[in-house]
Amino acid sequence: MKLHELTIHEALPLLAHGEITSVALTEALLARIAALDPQIHAYLRVTSDLALAQARDADERRARGEAAPLLGIPLAIKDVICTAGVETTAGSRILQGFRPVYDATVVQRLRAAGAVILGKTNTDEFAMGSSTEHSAYGPTHNPWDLERVPGGSSGGSAAAVAASLCLGAFGSDTGGSIRQPAAYCGVVGLKPTYGRVSRYGLIAFASSLDQIGPIAKDVTDAALLLQAVAGHDPQDATSADEPVPDFAQGLADGVRGMRLGVPREYFVDGMAPGVRQMVEGALDVWRSLGAETVEVSMPHTGYALPVYYLLAPAEASANLARFDGIRYGYAHPEALDIWDAYRLTRAEGFGDEVKRRIMLGTYALSAGYYDAYYLKAQKVRTLIKRDYDEALAQCDALVTPTTPNVAFKIGEHAEDPLEMYLEDIFTLSLNLAGVCGISLPCGQSDGLPVGVQVQGRAYDEATILRVAYAYEQATSWHGEHPPL
Amino acid sequence: MLNRDTVLHIAELAKLTLSDRETALFAEQLSEILAYAERLNELDTDSIAPTAQAIYRRNVLRADEPRPSLTPDQALANAPRREGDLFRVQQILD
Repeated sequence: MKLHELTIHEALPLLAHGEITSVALTEALLARIAALDPQIHAYLRVTSDLALAQARDADERRARGEAAPLLGIPLAIKDVICTAGVETTAGSRILQGFRPVYDATVVQRLRAAGAVILGKTNTDEFAMGSSTEHSAYGPTHNPWDLERVPGGSSGGSAAAVAASLCLGAFGSDTGGSIRQPAAYCGVVGLKPTYGRVSRYGLIAFASSLDQIGPIAKDVTDAALLLQAVAGHDPQDATSADEPVPDFAQGLADGVRGMRLGVPREYFVDGMAPGVRQMVEGALDVWRSLGAETVEVSMPHTGYALPVYYLLAPAEASANLARFDGIRYGYAHPEALDIWDAYRLTRAEGFGDEVKRRIMLGTYALSAGYYDAYYLKAQKVRTLIKRDYDEALAQCDALVTPTTPNVAFKIGEHAEDPLEMYLEDIFTLSLNLAGVCGISLPCGQSDGLPVGVQVQGRAYDEATILRVAYAYEQATSWHGEHPPL
Repeated sequence: MLNRDTVLHIAELAKLTLSDRETALFAEQLSEILAYAERLNELDTDSIAPTAQAIYRRNVLRADEPRPSLTPDQALANAPRREGDLFRVQQILD
């Protein structure tokens, strides 16, 4: 048995029956990270000693007869999520050396659930990007083809799961940053409903859109990981006081009699033929399992990209105002007065993509342009939200491609940010509407993974998990591993 | 097309010093992105209310009770410059 190949739901009974230990599992993953991560660069830092101590603790708890939902399971955490005492950089030079003094609620809940934290994964700086190339610490490589990007911004987490460098991981998704890298890396990524998971301790990018969620080897693991972190948190006033169902319970109920909406606006001319073919094949599978597919229209889908790239940078420009070189992070050593200190600290601390978005957002919010850009985008957001309300009133969930193309080459979009932004066209609208979505592997094109996305109603993660699980059980794509 | 002066004005609002390279690059790239955003004007939104948050929540209140917060040492743990229990900053007034 190769321990790194286990899923979480396979490892849990083995741990429970004493057939393996968390220490052995953690050591196997640390050895694999040491062997493979120099090529992939999924991790920004591996906390081996802490992980082994947590694994020993988990094994002792088991020996005492304790049980916890993820007891002894080694996971990876995106570096925008605060871990007490462990450097957390958000992929930015401005936070180099920053050691949070508290854990994010998600991390607290994972620790309470018994998880072992292997380390922090690479991300586009402040989660701004679709390729993980915009990390100040160098890009992550796609395990399926090391010359290609893993997607982003949670590219480190997706690559770590795909390369079996952890059993599961957490990322954050503001416009597709969990689902798009999951699609590019051939793994499962779930963006929960806005408010479903606490964001306390998440380094903020765009607060009306950000959400933390799991990246996993399969749908069952995604359900287990979501279960461990979901639910109201008084520390996050935007977290929802909604009941959390048992996500594993209805997983195998099937899709017979379900109505799956297929929005015609997602099948655009620009998408790669191989992607279209795989997604249409997935629709055939759902139909063969007894689901009905119905064409729906979401007429404002094409406007999501400009809306997102005005609203998210506007919110980011406000959120990133806190990086002032005074309370934490990099401080320029030679500034003469406070204004000089702000300007120089931020000029040296932030990378190009972050500056570009701060500039764009500041412009959209500035006097004379607020109505034309920011307010206009907020109004079109209302129209996009209405598209969702109407489409999801007619069907149980929506099925779309996750991305228009497979993973692109590192450097391919370096000169043209707008081209990179276009890779997000199928994932952005969901964040604008606040609902939930999951990407799962549905085939390959030229040897690279293709993802299909299931989008659901607010707080209805149970349905998208069930739809995804039905497909997964009928196919074998989730069992494909990159040739490493 | 954004001109150099506009880019520098925005950079000052955002408290960023830009190099000449960045100023020229952002003038071009932001212009391209904003031109793309012009397509929103195809939509008549005069009667549409703006959405700031897709899943609206009214005021979230809690009891106003004292509870532990960060200690001074915790709050200052990551400060680039510290003086006693204070953050040290550069001169603010002339």
